[in-house]
Amino acid sequence: MTDVASGFLESTVRTATPLLFAALGETVVERSGVINIALEGSIICGALGGAVAASHAGAGTSWIVAGISGMVLAILLAVFVVVLRSDQIITGTAITLLGLGLTGALYRQIYGPSGAALTIATMPAASIPFLSGIPIIGRAFFSQPAAAYLVYVLIPIMSWWMYRTHSGLALRAIGENPAAAVAAGIRAARIQFAAILFGGLMGGVAGGFLVIAQAGTFSEGMSAGRGFIAIAIVVLGRWRPAGVAIAALVFGATTALQYLFQTMGWNLPYQLFLALPYLLTLLALAGIAGRAHAPASLGKWIAND
Amino acid sequence: MIDLATLTLVSDMLVRATPLILAGLAVAFAFQAGVLNIGAEGQLLIGAASATAIALAATPLLGRAVILFSLTGGAAAGALWALIAAELRRRYQVLEVISTIMLNFVAIFLVGFLVRGPLQEPTHVYPQTLELPPQARLPLLIPGTRLHAGFAIAIITCITGWWILRHTAAGFRLRVVGANPDAARMAGRINIEKTARNVFLISGALAGLAGAIEIHGVTFALYENLSPGYGYTAIAVALLAALNPLLVLITGIFFGALETLASALQRDAGIPATLVSVLEAAIILLVLAVQSIRSRRVPRTAVSET
Repeated sequence: MTDVASGFLESTVRTATPLLFAALGETVVERSGVINIALEGSIICGALGGAVAASHAGAGTSWIVAGISGMVLAILLAVFVVVLRSDQIITGTAITLLGLGLTGALYRQIYGPSGAALTIATMPAASIPFLSGIPIIGRAFFSQPAAAYLVYVLIPIMSWWMYRTHSGLALRAIGENPAAAVAAGIRAARIQFAAILFGGLMGGVAGGFLVIAQAGTFSEGMSAGRGFIAIAIVVLGRWRPAGVAIAALVFGATTALQYLFQTMGWNLPYQLFLALPYLLTLLALAGIAGRAHAPASLGKWIAND
Repeated sequence: MIDLATLTLVSDMLVRATPLILAGLAVAFAFQAGVLNIGAEGQLLIGAASATAIALAATPLLGRAVILFSLTGGAAAGALWALIAAELRRRYQVLEVISTIMLNFVAIFLVGFLVRGPLQEPTHVYPQTLELPPQARLPLLIPGTRLHAGFAIAIITCITGWWILRHTAAGFRLRVVGANPDAARMAGRINIEKTARNVFLISGALAGLAGAIEIHGVTFALYENLSPGYGYTAIAVALLAALNPLLVLITGIFFGALETLASALQRDAGIPATLVSVLEAAIILLVLAVQSIRSRRVPRTAVSET
């Protein structure tokens, strides 16, 4: 029983971590009133960037390259949304399409049609002494690839920044009432631009995590909708870093049911498990979307200073 | 006299364009009304799956007439699949962009389940259905090529769609809701919720029809990876056409030609065909950039010209 429970939890955290990186970035972006549909594209770019860098350079470099790859794609979104004031959702969809197509083409060009050549050593788990010895939860939460611990640090820092600093207040003000924010002298366009870049960076790191810490290789379309799921997680977490972390874990847990059902020997079609994260996202959005308070100007307003 | 190679190439392009035109029309209708249906891909797959099921079950009973039933059935199934997103938006304010993308993934896995489960061919070796019997296949427009009657259906649908949007009260309501929902509610007393739901249904039906026609005219069987992303290319088709159904016909053929050439280039020159989606994305972004620069010079009218 302990084995099943800790296996279930490990699987939960494994699914939740990359989603959480992306969702924390998206939280900041959405707080600035922008919905980043290009997140999926940033994740896949981060994955390819991370994979290529990891096969040529060290682990540290590959994380930086992954983050920058995601951010480069986000610059495009920022230019269109903040500068050109294009429709956020159509622009984001196009940029995701661009990211998926570009990574697929580059990957085939560099590594051949099958692309089997690319394998990298995955980042080993770094157990935290003592904490990882806690029964059941220890291994799941404290015996992770070192990069995963970054989110543990990031959640409290982001909460503090968003609610306890001037710049955090400015960010939230733009998302809630852009006209008032601009009247108060907040440089809305600049902050939105920066928020989108941060979202891209985190998306890239999420993609890098998939490759460097988990899969050890790149495959076309391996982001598999995680960008969209991360956007849903932000809604479920009600646009607060701690809430988003819990939502990511709940999401990971439901996906990990697959593991549980297999251990129990239940014979259900495997496609059902594959579809489960997406079905769950729909159910969760239906359950919470009406009651959650979204940033008032989300997706609507475009900076005009 | 056109030589055979050219005829084959051109007809292949038009065959490829057929689902793009219909799915592009689906996206154009939705976007006109401000419904951001990114789910044409899923609706197309559900339409294809339903049409296959109907055609396989009912051909012995209905003979040639089965095509009519399975095309209608495919369209209806696509509409129902879109209705899920419509209801999620109406009742729970779930963004249709996210719900339709989630439903695309669910549709892919559903097709995967069907072709390995209830609809799998009797020997249970290949992950696909039986092939449609000859009388359930769409007739060819030009004998000796692959060009099927579905292309004619796509043309007729585009013209009908243009006429509805431009010359009927329903089409006007739809465009007003898309251009300015508040004005539509206040001045026009238009039921926005009902209009949006109907738009979801029409859009889903068009995408479902695209899938059904693909089954009856091209693949003759249901399998995974049936669609190389028609539903996503459809967004580029619709936007490049400025959401005008008549122009969708032209941009659909343009992308059909592009994708046909791209697969030829991949085969002969090893250039990755995924570059087409990069080009599609670039075109969408270019259209958006031009629009934004234009809208700064000219004030926007309430209802855009179609």
